[in-house]
Amino acid sequence: MRYDVVIIGGGVTGCAIARELMRYRVRAVLIEKDCDVGCGTSKANSGIIHGSTHFVPGTLKWRLGWAGNQQWGRLSEELGFGFARIGDLTVAFGEDEVDQLREFQWRCERSGVPRGELWGPERVRAEEPNLSGAVVGALFCPTTGVVNPYEACFSLIESARRNGLELRVDNPVLGIRADENGLWVQTEHELINSRFVVNAAGLYADRVAEMAGAANFTITPRKGEEYLLDKRLQGIVSRIIYPCPSSTSKGVLVIPTFDGTVMVGPTAEEVDDREDLSTTATGAEHVFSKVGRLVPGISERDCIAEFAGLRAVSDTEDFVIGATTVPGFINAAGIQSPGLTAAPAIAEFVIGVLETEGLALEPNEEFLPGIEKPVQVAALTTRERQDLAATDPSFAQVVCRCELVTRGEVLDSIQRGARTLDGLKFRTRAGMGRCQGAFCSLRCMQLLSDSLGLPFAAITKRGEGSWLVIDREDLERRSGEPAP
Amino acid sequence: MISARVSQLRSAYPLVVVGAGPAGMAAALGATEAGSAPVLMIDREPEPGGILNQCIHTGFGLHHFKEELTGPEYAQRYLESLLEHDIDISTDSDVVDVDRERRVTLMSPDHGVRTISAGAVLLCMGARERTRGAIRIPGTRPAGVMTAGTAQKLVNLLGYLPGRRAVILGSGDIGLIMARRLTLEGVEVCGVFEIMPHPNGLSRNIVQCLHDFDIPLHLSTTVVEIHGSDRVERVTVAPVDEETWPCLDKAWDIACDTLLVSIGLIPENELSLTLGLRIDPLTQGPEVDSTMHTSREGVFAAGNVVHIHDIVDYVSQEALLAGRSAAAFVSRRMPPADNIRLLPGDNVAYCVPQTISTDREHTIYLRVRHPLEESLLRLGDVYERKLRYVVPGEMVSLKLRPGVLDRFHGDALRIDILPREED
Repeated sequence: MRYDVVIIGGGVTGCAIARELMRYRVRAVLIEKDCDVGCGTSKANSGIIHGSTHFVPGTLKWRLGWAGNQQWGRLSEELGFGFARIGDLTVAFGEDEVDQLREFQWRCERSGVPRGELWGPERVRAEEPNLSGAVVGALFCPTTGVVNPYEACFSLIESARRNGLELRVDNPVLGIRADENGLWVQTEHELINSRFVVNAAGLYADRVAEMAGAANFTITPRKGEEYLLDKRLQGIVSRIIYPCPSSTSKGVLVIPTFDGTVMVGPTAEEVDDREDLSTTATGAEHVFSKVGRLVPGISERDCIAEFAGLRAVSDTEDFVIGATTVPGFINAAGIQSPGLTAAPAIAEFVIGVLETEGLALEPNEEFLPGIEKPVQVAALTTRERQDLAATDPSFAQVVCRCELVTRGEVLDSIQRGARTLDGLKFRTRAGMGRCQGAFCSLRCMQLLSDSLGLPFAAITKRGEGSWLVIDREDLERRSGEPAP
Repeated sequence: MISARVSQLRSAYPLVVVGAGPAGMAAALGATEAGSAPVLMIDREPEPGGILNQCIHTGFGLHHFKEELTGPEYAQRYLESLLEHDIDISTDSDVVDVDRERRVTLMSPDHGVRTISAGAVLLCMGARERTRGAIRIPGTRPAGVMTAGTAQKLVNLLGYLPGRRAVILGSGDIGLIMARRLTLEGVEVCGVFEIMPHPNGLSRNIVQCLHDFDIPLHLSTTVVEIHGSDRVERVTVAPVDEETWPCLDKAWDIACDTLLVSIGLIPENELSLTLGLRIDPLTQGPEVDSTMHTSREGVFAAGNVVHIHDIVDYVSQEALLAGRSAAAFVSRRMPPADNIRLLPGDNVAYCVPQTISTDREHTIYLRVRHPLEESLLRLGDVYERKLRYVVPGEMVSLKLRPGVLDRFHGDALRIDILPREED
């Protein structure tokens, strides 16, 4: 069997391309090395849809970033994931920084995008009373938003599958070759023949390009650590707070996430290891010292969890999108910030490239833009919860107390593809709250085990190798083995 | 196990108890014995008993029942008494809101979403464990890091093991109990690591759970990094200096597949915060007066939700008082308000209750900040008592008889625990 398009990589880029591609009568498959989509760079992301004042004109990043920004409202309406255009403030601590903010405004005017509003100290104080008293002005950018990036991936892929995409997870690519029949992708489980291959492999995009014989860029991982704060700080700021950026970094931000948790970070550190997701003592120190300067009410004592993500930075420092010397092999690589923002526009751009390269784009008349939105009991009123419980009592049975997630929601997320504890957590928020799963993880494992018909001890955190518990008999059976 | 589950909920109860652990059960009993009935007790687990149900070791009830019981036995004694009284128990039910008019909203598969009016509300939600995130241990985020209490539930109630080779961070009682439990199950326990220079659990647990099983206890030492991408592969531990900064040049690695954290409990105060109760920053629980009344009228609290107890017998004792007081509130027989505020002074981490009155007998519970061999408890300049060895892991209780405060006329009393000269 031959596909029209194979997409390699189920991050937000691959998911967005897949979903956009399903608007046409195209036979496509997305292959992902991990056990779930959205689990790499896309998951460990600041979740910001960057607004107009943050782009440097002239780059592909700028062009696709601003175009992508404007699509998120429509996408979230169609797909039901969490998104809110809450705006951001870039704050100035001195007159020189106010001048810098004015320059950002001129930059916006020159490129024809909304320039934002410059606020004086009184307005800043009135709107964001918990900001440092040393802030003398701020640039308000209303076009900035926050999104749950993993939710975006899950719903994009669900929509794509409803419209005909095939999805194969746990399926790393081992090699790619080209012949007169097109491209052949050898994975751990199968050999796939396709006319086109879209390389959306994130941190591994340079290696995938090399496999195809199309290597002309390299990817360097740049680590970012983020720290999540207790929900009691909800409302401490109502917009994303940026410091004035330096030439190398956007700095450490205060991000009120869509779910009401405040997140602070990220750091930016080049690393060698593409799997190095460790957080560090120096990273925490850096983040909390910088954040304390912006919002003095935040301290490291408020932290409930931390994580790190790796940005896939190309040696051009810009997106690497387009056809290559290998016919049919198309890159969508080097997708670092504002990659999430740009994803919907990257998808359209890549489809344009596919068309130029000869893919016939015949509209799919049956394309359904929407998916059934998952129920979120925590967001309902008491009245709505009563009505829901009357029709299905499993929506009145609380599994995760911190985030108020019910058994009904957990079962629904398993129906939609959750296979692991993390898959369940990122779909429902069970285990994301202040007790970090101490209470609900065993209950969630039981529900996964019951629903999937797997033994309790076979449930993993995030796929192979991440086993959670062992059977007593298993301990005895392996007791002769040396300790790990 | 004898169990009880109500099939029909009334729309109003004189008293609603949130939580059916040791505090909730004793409070419900105290209230009904004092004449308040019917009582509704709500719990999210399928059975009453709370955390006692997973504590299958002995050591419970020595004070209260004068015999040594397991956790489930201790719970069972209470449950049997409860069933003789007019008490409705709604299990598998989560209280999601208590408003200022004392309307309690619960969610349960049996009853749906229900709002119940209460004459008085008793908060007995217990505590939750601090997690890895709370102390920001650097490193990766593999499977195999869990709180000691979660591991206890896993082993004792579900019958699985958390791993083959474990390191335990923190010398809290649950960590100590689990060190022994895992050893008995055949899991290799590499050691217990405690950042403070003194253990955090009961002395008897240090002896019975660690010394008796040759499990090393490393004081002034902590985990500084977690390694392993999918599952824990090893941890790095390091000694700390006097200010608890790790000395990384003296760090070493331990191969293990499991890290249990037992780094303290925090009162479970979601509902207390919803209610806008005044929270004592020292206990992180609601402030209570000598009747266990919180800062909001008709709302009482007892047990670990108020402050973290060392042994369950004191939870029961405190909750019994809270239950009686709530019954008195419902029948409008509350004693006059307290007139003295207690102020934690030297080497006192906190004290409960936060206020007392001069006209009644009181039991005051407190914890010290650091251990003292020979010490002296001083209450302002009106009362003194010699104490033997005091440690942060064990509560100090002080029974004040009426008359002791007769010559005191101020409105605040400072409590100090001072080193005592050899006499």
